[in-house]
Amino acid sequence: MHGAGHAVCLGPDIDTDVIIAGRFLRTKDHSIWVSHVFEDLDPALAGQLNGAVIVAGKNFGCGSSREQAAIALREAGVVAVVAPGFARIFFRNAINVGLPAIECSLSCIKGANVRFDLAAGWIETGGSQYPIRPLSPRMREILAAGGLVNYWRAHR
Amino acid sequence: MSTLSERILGAAAGEYVDRKIDRAYVHDGTGVLTLETWKQMGAKRLSDIPQFYVLFDHIIPANNSTTATLQHELREFACGSFLHFSDIGGGICHQLMSEGVVLPGEVVVGADSHSCTPGAFGAFSTGVGATDMAGIWLTGETWFRVPDSIGIHLSGSLQGGAEAKDLALSYVSRLGMDGGTYCALEFIGEGVKTLPMDDRLTLCNLSVETGAKTGMFYADDVTTRYLAGAGQKAKAQVPESCIYSRELEFDLADIVPLVAVSPRVDKVKPVQDLVGLSLDQVFIGTCTNGRSSDLARCANIVKGRKVAVRTIVVPASRAVLAEAIRTGVLADLVGAGCTIGTPGCGPCLGAHMGVLGEGEVCLSTANRNFRNRMGVGGEIYLSSVATAATSALTGEITEPEAD
Repeated sequence: MHGAGHAVCLGPDIDTDVIIAGRFLRTKDHSIWVSHVFEDLDPALAGQLNGAVIVAGKNFGCGSSREQAAIALREAGVVAVVAPGFARIFFRNAINVGLPAIECSLSCIKGANVRFDLAAGWIETGGSQYPIRPLSPRMREILAAGGLVNYWRAHR
Repeated sequence: MSTLSERILGAAAGEYVDRKIDRAYVHDGTGVLTLETWKQMGAKRLSDIPQFYVLFDHIIPANNSTTATLQHELREFACGSFLHFSDIGGGICHQLMSEGVVLPGEVVVGADSHSCTPGAFGAFSTGVGATDMAGIWLTGETWFRVPDSIGIHLSGSLQGGAEAKDLALSYVSRLGMDGGTYCALEFIGEGVKTLPMDDRLTLCNLSVETGAKTGMFYADDVTTRYLAGAGQKAKAQVPESCIYSRELEFDLADIVPLVAVSPRVDKVKPVQDLVGLSLDQVFIGTCTNGRSSDLARCANIVKGRKVAVRTIVVPASRAVLAEAIRTGVLADLVGAGCTIGTPGCGPCLGAHMGVLGEGEVCLSTANRNFRNRMGVGGEIYLSSVATAATSALTGEITEPEAD
């Protein structure tokens, strides 16, 4: 699985409350999450996410287990999230909804093109290539299926 | 020779295992998304294996008609299925699972990050997202990476105005917000014996604030007595010598009252350094500190006096509320001017029942003080019950007195 997008740079310890605030959770309308994504961090961010690769600091997605955070990013057009490390529930949620979460320390250049190949295990930006921490075989299968819903539809 | 996680999951740290689940729970928030996703998976009926629970606690009673409609759908499903259902006012999911439900050695998952809480019983209990939970509804199992464990050695006993919450903030501060990521925290050592179940639940509850997968105590006499009181038989677990990826030591006698400063749980300072900080609201409750011993401690402090700032007290469950009525704790709280909320999560997640206004400051006994969590522009400071109750009487951050 491979992809590419423009870099959107974020700091460390981005919690799921700032990805999508608790007051917007009670709906099935995913477009509401897209329109309020990152609102409490920086309202301008929402407009930059389509086709983006988020390059963040450590511990991305910490805090609440709310899966709406991963869904909001995917539906906003985020191609992948790259961070030196993720909070574990967000990490599982991202893979389960088909959003690549890539463990790698990358210096972020705002707007620069970022390319990655999960199977080959690399990510590339600013002319340099970096190795990424491999996913487990099960996680790669789930991601390749487009998420856990499709995975289980195919496996049962 | 293995850690408790390795023993329960049956494999060595770092290995991936597929594990049948003993108990799986969702709340009114994550349950809606779980149900929707489970249907998308083409499922018709629940797996036979785990005990399933739907426990309404997050936005209860419903705050608007959209929420009410979503809750109606989940309630209809829950009542028509062979699962355990607790409607509004029953209490916080983690608390209900801790009132004689989760047993030592079980594998438990909850669709909420604080599902690490019942690890206090010597269970492997952790949080998952809604889609993971939908997969568990479908198959009865899920995969885990067996975690490395961090040993937290406790000695001595808590003194003066210090509480288990202060110890919890101490270890969060020491590890940082990602210092426990993917790990299990094991609380061990002689000091453990001095901690009742309520304290152990508080300590396990905050483990996720370090990124940990779970927090765990080995079941001992305290555990088995508590469970016997709830009508459950359980055996103690004997720790083996094992390898921890990291070890921390705390002498409980050194713990002092602490506050986590907005907006980070690991930005911890002694209460002493913040004395005089003006408050707009005090909130006592949540899966961290809404249990019977917490409400009793609060009542002891405010009894016969008047709070100087709006003070919201939310019992963690109906059983906690009933106990507070029976013991007179509730009358003391109401007499002191506290506002009592429906058993549940209360204003912790910023959706209702005590949302903060722009620029307002709340001292809360909860577990998260993230930016804007309880209301846009509001600031949250976290403390023990004793610090919160003492501060409620003055309207500013105040040091608690020794018991």
